[in-house]
Amino acid sequence: MRVLAAMSGGVDSAVAAARAVDAGHDVTGVHLALSRAPESDRTGARGCCTLEDARDARRAADVLGIPFYVWDLAERFETDVIEDFVQSYAAGRTPNPCVRCNERIKFAAVLDRALALGFDAVVTGHHARLDPDGTLRRSVDPDKDQSYVLGTLRPAQLAAARFPLGDSTKTQVRREAAERGLAVADKPDSHDICFIADGDTGGWLRDRLGSRPGPIVDAGTGETLGEHDGAFAFTVGQRRGLGLGRPAPDGRPRYVLDISPVTSTVTVGPAEALDVHRLVADRAAWPHEGVLACQAQVRAHGDVVPAEAAARGDELVVTLAAPVRGTAPGQAVVLYDGDRVLGGGHIRAIGG
Amino acid sequence: MTYLDHAATTPMRPEALAAYTAVLADTGNASSLHASGRRARRIVEESREALAEMLRARPSDVVFTGGGTESDNLALKGLYWSRRGADPARRRVLVSAVEHRAVLDTVRWLGDAQGAEVELLDVDATGLVHPETLAAAIARDPQSVAVVSVMWANSEVGTIQPVAELAAVAHRHGLPFHTDAVQAFGQIPVEVGGDGPDAATISAHKVGGPVGVGALVVRRGLALEPLTHGGGQERDIRSGTLNTAGVAAFAAAATAARAQAPAERARLSALRDDLVDRIRERVPGAVLNGPPLAARPGEPGRLPGNAHLSFPGCEGDSLLMLLDARGIECSTGSACSAGVARPSHVLLAMGAGEEHARASLRFSLGHTSRAADVDAVVAAIGPVVERASRAGALTAVTGG
Repeated sequence: MRVLAAMSGGVDSAVAAARAVDAGHDVTGVHLALSRAPESDRTGARGCCTLEDARDARRAADVLGIPFYVWDLAERFETDVIEDFVQSYAAGRTPNPCVRCNERIKFAAVLDRALALGFDAVVTGHHARLDPDGTLRRSVDPDKDQSYVLGTLRPAQLAAARFPLGDSTKTQVRREAAERGLAVADKPDSHDICFIADGDTGGWLRDRLGSRPGPIVDAGTGETLGEHDGAFAFTVGQRRGLGLGRPAPDGRPRYVLDISPVTSTVTVGPAEALDVHRLVADRAAWPHEGVLACQAQVRAHGDVVPAEAAARGDELVVTLAAPVRGTAPGQAVVLYDGDRVLGGGHIRAIGG
Repeated sequence: MTYLDHAATTPMRPEALAAYTAVLADTGNASSLHASGRRARRIVEESREALAEMLRARPSDVVFTGGGTESDNLALKGLYWSRRGADPARRRVLVSAVEHRAVLDTVRWLGDAQGAEVELLDVDATGLVHPETLAAAIARDPQSVAVVSVMWANSEVGTIQPVAELAAVAHRHGLPFHTDAVQAFGQIPVEVGGDGPDAATISAHKVGGPVGVGALVVRRGLALEPLTHGGGQERDIRSGTLNTAGVAAFAAAATAARAQAPAERARLSALRDDLVDRIRERVPGAVLNGPPLAARPGEPGRLPGNAHLSFPGCEGDSLLMLLDARGIECSTGSACSAGVARPSHVLLAMGAGEEHARASLRFSLGHTSRAADVDAVVAAIGPVVERASRAGALTAVTGG
């Protein structure tokens, strides 16, 4: 099989490519250049688009003895991921750019191009299992499981994907990388959003969107408690950094409950007001009929809660048996049956 | 394997390899005064004389460097600093828009950090700088020009510039004229003496010598600030221990290249013409970029081994990857440091659209190229273009 291995420069994708080689496939390594000006990111945080990452990926490909190329997807990434991220925040939503990147870049632009160029599959270093029948499952390593950021992919997208690491823990992957002589064996994991080098999302958004001042309003009394210079700097469920001088009358902490981009109003209130019992998701990948009992997860590495899910047109309606706290529109909801991913979508609306 | 990327680097010639390894095995710093030093010095000076002779320069004009990029840096920074130092009004730097990045990035830095006013000279659709363009640029204020630089032949599309005329335009105003002759040297006659350029960059590994050695051939008497200070080697312009083996191999390679050049020009032109004709038969949509294959009088010439084509609807890097998988090695033009293929600034300067520029491939033939190499490309190009255009159609539909 002719296989394209997406190599970020990290340890996971290097070992995934190595396992594809061992499996006897004809493997070609490709590093995705996602930044428009990679040279300016030389000192950036651990992401997936610095020159150093490209070099690490190239060195891993050398060690594996496979051809290696860099594909320039900066324009696509800018339009489909970065601009979407900015516009989502501007509209008061909280997007997950990794989910978006998997949907639009790795398992769309890259996958389509690979198939057109004659490859049969795309291998990545995601920690998730993919059964031969196309069923996506959690990794055996619960701490590193990435099935959530893959949970909104459609069956057609998963059909040509291969995740060779799903049966291994991160520790095993690192040990294997060291045994294979891959220099990235002890390279730190990437955590932050790859295009926000210093991790300061609020500051990065302010640079993009400018100052948009507005009030911080108490949900109970309607009283204006303070001012902010951009609602995009807030996330539903956020407690710290509200800059409110005085505590609530009952002394309990306040949380961001709602963000209204039109009026630039941030509404705050008590924790229990964050409880969400019902979700409506759009752009759903949900190849099932009827009402399914399942477990819902609304953020990466978050807990799961028992739920029931059913399609309603193109949408997915999820009723939660126990409330989840601080879920915001824009996040992905992924539904599981044990370790099996049933499907998912993007939260459009929430209900208390 | 079919190696058609001689413009990137060409295999070492046997004469060069023999000279290189023989000298590498010998000890001696060419600046030392004892017998070993004198032996090394003799090799350096004989090499210098051989190169000077074929360039119609004086031996003392030849300043050995670490390669083409260093020579371009030395010429442009050295001349700019020297000229501006003598007359602070001389800040204008005129270079063609199709230079190699060793020139373009150097003058950009002079502009950003050293107060230079950089002007890029327009080219026509074949990549040619017209002498009138240079004359007009100079005439806007001749007293403020520090240095002029136009490459002898283009590294991507192979356009041979009218260097003698361009140098004459500069000389009418008493301005120094530098040329990056890296691609031209060894393939077509390059002469620096007389009314020609005042400084020329050449590189060993493009003529079948080793990587890491080159020269700036610079007319004695032309003041030039050094980039590197130290032991005062190479007329105090380029300090650093002389690379005796590299210099010997450079001269050996250049001597062999020159001896074969007349026959090679005819042979490579014929192979190249056959390659282009047969590619266009297989892929009727393919477009030749740069000058026509056979130049009529008055038309710009083209380097004999250069074939540069665009395949509309395809991405150059898809084509490259697919050909590479079939053992055929060529180039998309200019690669940036991350290895990402950007649309070529040369094609954009020639008036091509970004899509056309991204769809291009350069095949460059050299001394080891044979008819079988052409046959290999011709056999592969049809299916490769077919596949790449399928991927290209995808990109067009999804808007990226």
